[in-house]
Amino acid sequence: MINKEVPSVAAAVADIFDGATVMIGGFGEAGSPIELIHALIDQGATGLTVVNNNTGSGEVGLAALIKAGRVAKMICSYPRSLNSTVFPELYRSGAIELELVPQGTLAERIRAGGAGIPAFYTATAVGTLLAEGKESRVFDGQEYVMERGLKADFSLIKCLKADTYGNLIFNKTARNFAPPMAMAGAVTIVQTASVVAPGQIDPEVVVTPGIFVNRVVQVQNPAHESVLVAAGVTYP
Amino acid sequence: MKSETPTLGLTRDEMAQRVAIDIPDGSYVNLGIGIPELITRFVPEGREFIYHTENGLLGMGPSPAEGEGEPELINAGKRQVTAIPGASYFQHPDSFAMIRGGHLDICVLGALQVAQNGDLANWSTGGPDAIPAVGGAMDLVAGVKSVFVVTQHCTKHGDPKLIDACTYPLTGPGVVNRIYTDLAVIEITEEGFQLVELSPGVSFEYVAQRTGAPLIPIPAPSAN
Repeated sequence: MINKEVPSVAAAVADIFDGATVMIGGFGEAGSPIELIHALIDQGATGLTVVNNNTGSGEVGLAALIKAGRVAKMICSYPRSLNSTVFPELYRSGAIELELVPQGTLAERIRAGGAGIPAFYTATAVGTLLAEGKESRVFDGQEYVMERGLKADFSLIKCLKADTYGNLIFNKTARNFAPPMAMAGAVTIVQTASVVAPGQIDPEVVVTPGIFVNRVVQVQNPAHESVLVAAGVTYP
Repeated sequence: MKSETPTLGLTRDEMAQRVAIDIPDGSYVNLGIGIPELITRFVPEGREFIYHTENGLLGMGPSPAEGEGEPELINAGKRQVTAIPGASYFQHPDSFAMIRGGHLDICVLGALQVAQNGDLANWSTGGPDAIPAVGGAMDLVAGVKSVFVVTQHCTKHGDPKLIDACTYPLTGPGVVNRIYTDLAVIEITEEGFQLVELSPGVSFEYVAQRTGAPLIPIPAPSAN
């Protein structure tokens, strides 16, 4: 019998190991799985490579994971944002590595990783610093740069509703990187506001099919990063 | 040369309004952060634009009323927005397929520097203490059909932003089509910066003096 629901966020992230590559969904606060990230901080895994579009804000969620010293390397497109001070300070002191990737290339690298595509060519970044050292090739008279697919040991994502097979639907612009990350994670862990029985989500509107999902944990009223930051909350 | 008549040229609102005039009805448009965002206020009568925001929304509407915003309905600048009737949400690979696949008609971006050959630098000053952050800029300039830049003609220190060759790291080579500044509208051509229009009360010499590469005058109408 298939039932991917696990009882707690702690159980959901229990086997994340030191040195793992972890994809974390979200664009800014939209789609950020804060409760899973906090459970990962409690769990203690360190030396992580984290893939996220940003680096978090304030000292909650992703920024708190970085602040706790658990992240050795960030792969992202935009590591500074409003209220983002944790990453810039560590980066300037040389305590954290950064791989800067154009946002569309980041999304496509993740999608490719999940789709079994080891590399692809794109026009993005041709003729810039971010193409230096990468193979390039001319197709139909235009130059393209080769980018590698990206996979993860674990993906942590957030959705609005899941069934126990792991079929997912999302909330507005919180969808962003979650579907490709679900594909690219060897183990994909989802926090969801509600869990329903199979058949309770119309198959026509399923965004992420359950085959890409390993664990589902209910977080009924997820916190919002901006609300926590405005209230001066820090974690732990 | 930088102290005279500080009120000369267009305001930020007027610059945005000027760009909007050149966007055709029915265009799918991506707007960068800053002056480009103001364009939504100046859609000419009788035209309809659909706004794309790269974090997964086509059909972005105006800011929500006070107290009605949602933390998970935001734009690429991470500000709360609304969705118009007929909007759609989608995942990042689809959003960037719209950009990189050449489906968007126009993007309007800010600039640190634009070179006379259309090179754009708008993501990093390359300073030793700078945190490099590129976001979707390199994808936009590589994939969108027309790339418009809207910017002050000079930096806060009075240095030209339109120059012969960029000194900051490039966002993309030869990607800019048109530049809208407080002083002029300028087209990138094979020959370089081609003046298209001067802002009211601004002379050719005034703009040329503040441009770091040759400025080609508007051709005189042929006499016949």
